[in-house]
Amino acid sequence: MTTVSPSRDELFALYERMLLIRRTEERLRDENKAGNLPGAVHLYIGEEAIATGVCANLRESDMITSTHRGHGHYLAKGGDLNAMMAEIWAKKTGICKGMGGSMHVADFSKGILGANGIVGAGFAIATGAAYSAMLAKEGRVVADFFGDGASNQGTLMECLNVASLWNLPLVFVCEHNTFSEFSPSKTVTAGNIVDRARAFNIPCQVIEGNDVIAVWQAAKTAVERARNGGGPSFIEAHTYRIQGHLEAEDLFLGGQKYREAAEIESWKAKCPIKVTRKLLEAGGAADTARLAEIESRVMAQVDAAVRFAEESPPADAELAFSLMFDGQTP
Amino acid sequence: MARKRYIQAINEALFEEMERDPKVILFGEDVELAIMGDCRGLTEKFGRDRIRNTPICEQTLTGMAVGAAAAGHRVILHLMFSNFIYTGMDAIGNQMAKMRLMSGGQARLPITVICSYGGGGSNAAQHSDTAYPPLLNLGGINVLTPATPGDAKGLLKTAIRGANPTFFMEAGGRGGEQGDVPDGEHLVPFGKATIARAGKDVTVVAIGSMLKPALEAAKSLAASGIDAEVIDPRTLVPFDLAAVLASVKKTGHLVVCDEARDRCSVASQIAAEVADVGFGLLKAPVKRVTVPNVAIPYAPNAEARVIPNADTISGVCRGLLGRAAAA
Repeated sequence: MTTVSPSRDELFALYERMLLIRRTEERLRDENKAGNLPGAVHLYIGEEAIATGVCANLRESDMITSTHRGHGHYLAKGGDLNAMMAEIWAKKTGICKGMGGSMHVADFSKGILGANGIVGAGFAIATGAAYSAMLAKEGRVVADFFGDGASNQGTLMECLNVASLWNLPLVFVCEHNTFSEFSPSKTVTAGNIVDRARAFNIPCQVIEGNDVIAVWQAAKTAVERARNGGGPSFIEAHTYRIQGHLEAEDLFLGGQKYREAAEIESWKAKCPIKVTRKLLEAGGAADTARLAEIESRVMAQVDAAVRFAEESPPADAELAFSLMFDGQTP
Repeated sequence: MARKRYIQAINEALFEEMERDPKVILFGEDVELAIMGDCRGLTEKFGRDRIRNTPICEQTLTGMAVGAAAAGHRVILHLMFSNFIYTGMDAIGNQMAKMRLMSGGQARLPITVICSYGGGGSNAAQHSDTAYPPLLNLGGINVLTPATPGDAKGLLKTAIRGANPTFFMEAGGRGGEQGDVPDGEHLVPFGKATIARAGKDVTVVAIGSMLKPALEAAKSLAASGIDAEVIDPRTLVPFDLAAVLASVKKTGHLVVCDEARDRCSVASQIAAEVADVGFGLLKAPVKRVTVPNVAIPYAPNAEARVIPNADTISGVCRGLLGRAAAA
């Protein structure tokens, strides 16, 4: 089997998407610190290659389920940045009208079935969506993003069983970011996560999750398999959560720690964006100029999105009453 | 109008709605063999894509219902027994009931969950609960409690065509009971109670499985000169409070019968609402006829001790009106 790689233009596009996620979240980190956001944010910094490499292989009509760390999945699948920022700022113009916030960003029109505050809740939603996609015979594929923490939920095993048994067009993407909330995953996990999928006869790949080309290649194989009726796949992508479980986690930790600063620094050196930039810079002066253009374009987008969020009107406090049911009072 | 069995009416609704809309799918444990009776013949007619046996994994099934509905199908999930609501609760409580709000109204979840509730068959504690009260507390879930074959058919058809997560609660062990079912297209709207028996002395609100004993109780009360009005709310969310208030205005007395355990039962909620907005209509305190705060025991005599019957209901009505039973 020959391994296809992304073209140079595709690699630039992957880089730009990763950078958009990174710069957006760095801004969220700072805004959170400044006390400008009403709720918590869980950041994806350091893990951008996974959402980006997977979603680059998906069509707009394909679907994803995401996690509480979902900004990256949302942006990688084509969600609107302004609407996401307005959502996090709790504004009327938010993608969920300010009713969901950071943990629930969703755009059903783009197949983004929602970030989710319940760890592992995406398994069954993705499995149901993949069953629907299989019945509809329109070639839609579902990607289910989850973490190593979620892999200890029993529903993973239930959904691997259903997906394999029914040959569903589903790609399980385990973002193994080393932490299960505030616990190193190895302290709460027996065996290798990928072996759980192997037990259900699902084709598996274990990859370096900070290598966007490796992710892109693994996802391409898995998505094509799903689209062509070959059933589910499982990708375990190893990465590292640079930020805390949530911003301002120090307040919860009260001086305790669950990891060493040196470990964080060693993973910062393996930053997926840095690694990709190095590859692209090797192309010479024209490519370096192109990278600078990307940087300023992304910064302008982030600045504009924050301005949009800040200037938008607050959420409608009465809206909840009309949203519990379609066409019915609560 | 034709006489039909309760289970047959449900089966007809499923057939008609699956025939009407190819986007309707049904899945659950052992549905292909129609172990609960209500799915009989569906697999033969609609095939294994649309009627599908699942593994035993309720946590996943409730979540799958959300995902399949979000992706564009109309989902009927057969959950067998209402006790399995507890097993599948995460996706019910955290996804199904909230996704429309969390997504700012983007999510549209046409989901109908069917399950059987109630005791009386020595099925013991884990297969005899009346497990709808927690559903009412979630906010975004409709709850239907049809007591007759006609309402079972009409409410189920409305649910399947609807746009909201809805639990269709089958009165357990009542599948063989007969009743009138209108011919042709028959849809029953949500939130409209019916007066199962008109009367002037006491209002008896009887939820689902309690309708039959309530009507029996009304008959025995009539023999001793008490004229009970029996109201069947038919749906608990939405709830027709106006119908109950109108009846209480006439009778001044209210007894609410519910096969759920007493604490935080639906009877408690109805009693609270009537006491709140209808206090001036009441000549006496509201009484609840419910299951005591115990698990349902296996032994038939111990089970009969805790599940309300016609005598329990008539006894409470007599006590409320200050009249002893005829000797």
